[in-house]
Amino acid sequence: MSTTIERNAPIAPPEQEQHPQRKWQDYFGFSTDHKVIGIQYLVTAFFFYFIGGALAEVMRTELSTPSPDFVQPEFYNQLLTMHGTIMLFLWIIPAGAAFANYLIPLMIGAEDMAFPRLNAVAFWMIPPGGILLMSSFFNGAPQAGWTSYPPLSLVSGKSGEEIWILSILLLGTSSMFGAINFVTTILLMRMPDMDIHSMPLFCWSMLATSGLILIGTPVLGAALILLSFDLLAGTAFFNPAGGGDPIVYQHMFWFYSHPAVYIMILPFFGAISEILPVHARKPIFGYRAIAYSSLAISFLGLIVWAHHMFSSGTPGWLRMFFMATTMIIAVPTGIKVFSWCATIWGGKLSLNSAFIFAVGFLSSFLIGGLSGVMLASVPFDIHVHDTYFIVAHFHYVLFGGSVFGLFGAVYHWFPKMTGRMVNETLGRIHFAMTFIGFNITFLPMHQLGLQGMNRRIALYDPQFQTLNIVCTIGSYILALSSFPFIFNILWSLYKGEKAARNPWRALTLEWQTASPPIIENFEEAPVLWAGPYDYGIDTESVDGNEDVEDMLAEVTAEG
Amino acid sequence: MTLISLWYGQNHGLLPVAASNDAGDVDQLFNFMMTIATGLFLLVEGVLVYSVIKFRRQKGDTTDGPPIEGNVPLEIVWTAIPTVIVFILSIYSFEIYNRMGGLDPMAAGDSGPQMAHAHHHGQLVALDPDQKNIALGLGISPDSEQGANPLEIKVNGIQYAWIFTYPETGIISGEIHIPVDRPVALNMTATDVIHAFWLPEFRIKQDVIPGRETKLVFTPNKIGQYPVICAELCGAYHGGMKTQLYVQSEADYLAWVQENTVATEDESTQSVAMNPAPNAEFLAPYASDIGVNRDTLAQLKPTEIR
Repeated sequence: MSTTIERNAPIAPPEQEQHPQRKWQDYFGFSTDHKVIGIQYLVTAFFFYFIGGALAEVMRTELSTPSPDFVQPEFYNQLLTMHGTIMLFLWIIPAGAAFANYLIPLMIGAEDMAFPRLNAVAFWMIPPGGILLMSSFFNGAPQAGWTSYPPLSLVSGKSGEEIWILSILLLGTSSMFGAINFVTTILLMRMPDMDIHSMPLFCWSMLATSGLILIGTPVLGAALILLSFDLLAGTAFFNPAGGGDPIVYQHMFWFYSHPAVYIMILPFFGAISEILPVHARKPIFGYRAIAYSSLAISFLGLIVWAHHMFSSGTPGWLRMFFMATTMIIAVPTGIKVFSWCATIWGGKLSLNSAFIFAVGFLSSFLIGGLSGVMLASVPFDIHVHDTYFIVAHFHYVLFGGSVFGLFGAVYHWFPKMTGRMVNETLGRIHFAMTFIGFNITFLPMHQLGLQGMNRRIALYDPQFQTLNIVCTIGSYILALSSFPFIFNILWSLYKGEKAARNPWRALTLEWQTASPPIIENFEEAPVLWAGPYDYGIDTESVDGNEDVEDMLAEVTAEG
Repeated sequence: MTLISLWYGQNHGLLPVAASNDAGDVDQLFNFMMTIATGLFLLVEGVLVYSVIKFRRQKGDTTDGPPIEGNVPLEIVWTAIPTVIVFILSIYSFEIYNRMGGLDPMAAGDSGPQMAHAHHHGQLVALDPDQKNIALGLGISPDSEQGANPLEIKVNGIQYAWIFTYPETGIISGEIHIPVDRPVALNMTATDVIHAFWLPEFRIKQDVIPGRETKLVFTPNKIGQYPVICAELCGAYHGGMKTQLYVQSEADYLAWVQENTVATEDESTQSVAMNPAPNAEFLAPYASDIGVNRDTLAQLKPTEIR
């Protein structure tokens, strides 16, 4: 497998329009094209992001004063439940699926996903699920938090709770359909030359993600169906009034919902591993370490769930076991962070929107990771559990991590998806506002939690007001940061500079076809010129340092 | 950098007063973690900022960076260091947790949910003093005097109030008064939904669960007034489910006991204080009353509610 890469070659002229083109109607119909589905996922996810964000702004406005004066406490609980549910199930998870759908077949040189129809079905379960969830606002939205712990969820409004359960079941099923597709496609449909160790790291992270989805989601489904019986049929699986055990629900819920955190972050770990080397013009540092650490996180992610329950009904030995496993998960995560830092060290960095969002991801996720290790420690977690320290922690992971990674990915692949370049100035303004707003909103929350402010409250002790006002101001900046983004996307879509097939001079396969890619991706079978991250070898010729037989053996073993 | 970390780890000023020895231990653990976290934070952010400034691409430079694909010794180092750190943290946390009484067999075991019918046998299994492995939570600290003569208080969480029953004296109160330096053992349950009993100044928290008994044992060492907060979403007015804990000198505490015992006995219609039935039973009428408010509490104990 000797490779030769020519640098500074003139960029190929845009494709002549000789292929059937996508019509705009395709994006509103039942298309089986993975690229259409990917865009559908992404746009839908962004739609719900703005709704979820608006709910968050209402909450922050309420929290600018200690008394519940802007909204009623009941409505506040509906807001927090819906904000959590929307952001997790209708924003980050579908957005991860969006990139997975769009990129996996392109990255591995396939024409489409393994099961295109299933893929379309998976997407088309999301809008009904989302609309169903929204409809609950008309007859009393759920108000037991996105965790819906019984017995509270059994006594705080039947219809809203049942709607919540049904829509989560729908969205969970969709997520499983997606995962089946991702695993099958990655394992079976790679182009012949690509062994599992020369596929892009995004595919590794989606492999890890899909494993978690397939193992975790059914357990959530089971819990929700039983909860539904308790709610509607008066059974007592979880209802202590009839001898049920509410703690069992918590175990089942977190058995999915902790891995769900990794389901939400791993795809963006993958995206970061793609973005950094391209814009730093350096190979990814420690390909295998990053790939295997995804799998390690995925495995460990399955045995840490009870750390959400340290102050709940868990006996001491169980708390100690889950403390140990949770601590260990810091190791593979640390490997990734250090490897990313080493990737940009000594590179030739283009500080464009995609790259600065990726660096923003690293610097914010770091804080979430460090506070995560603290939280693993049971004696400390007992103090801060269910406080604003937790709120700060998971927003640093999910916003500072996933969402920054997601914006980085949007800027990075926008030229590929649309055939247009984004406006870098607006992109940088977007980044600056997001980064500043994000830190002003969530950094003070650490202190609030440590000092004694519990979460999920519409009324709080007046001593916390100053910091809460700071958080609220930050959240407004964060809200405003959406405008340069929306404007940039819309403007670039119509007026942006036309993108060549490979504007970033990247080496992964999705950049070897037209921008946007033609309907079945590649005009002719793509050729694997180089490994996904072979930057810096210029015109040197390198031989694969592995025996082909070995690689094939490994592929078979993995498959 | 090390100096900054060490200094900030001790002087972050983020935690409220520590009102028990256990709280002091937790704070030391937090300070230790804060020191390490600050160090790592400065290291990684330093690398990022330095890289972004130093390694920018020059205009017109289209060449690539050096083709460094990894460095095994370096990778082993940065795998080993976090591993060692988390091992140390785990052992340290285990030690502190054990010192707080988290592994006390009286508290660390779990007998599972108590069946509703248990209430009708006159005594809850969970309250059987002879039965070991009774409840969840933090128990007696090993090598301490906490087991000797703790002040037992029953805690009941209802939407949206805490009700404290003192079996020794028969006092029922909406606030909790305890003498300084005497161990306190809280036996906690909930009537309607899950609540969580949190004392921020004592760094302890435990969910209170309907149908189960959970336990917290601690020894206050600072006189003062501290908030008691419900930390598990329990309904619309979750944020208002708060009361006060008064750590008093022995004399003040006895005076409070005196005052309230008399008040309770005078009120002949309020025989609840002497009611030998388990907590949950006499509170059953209130269970259905989701909107327990100050008036309801005032009926329970006419004097002390403010």
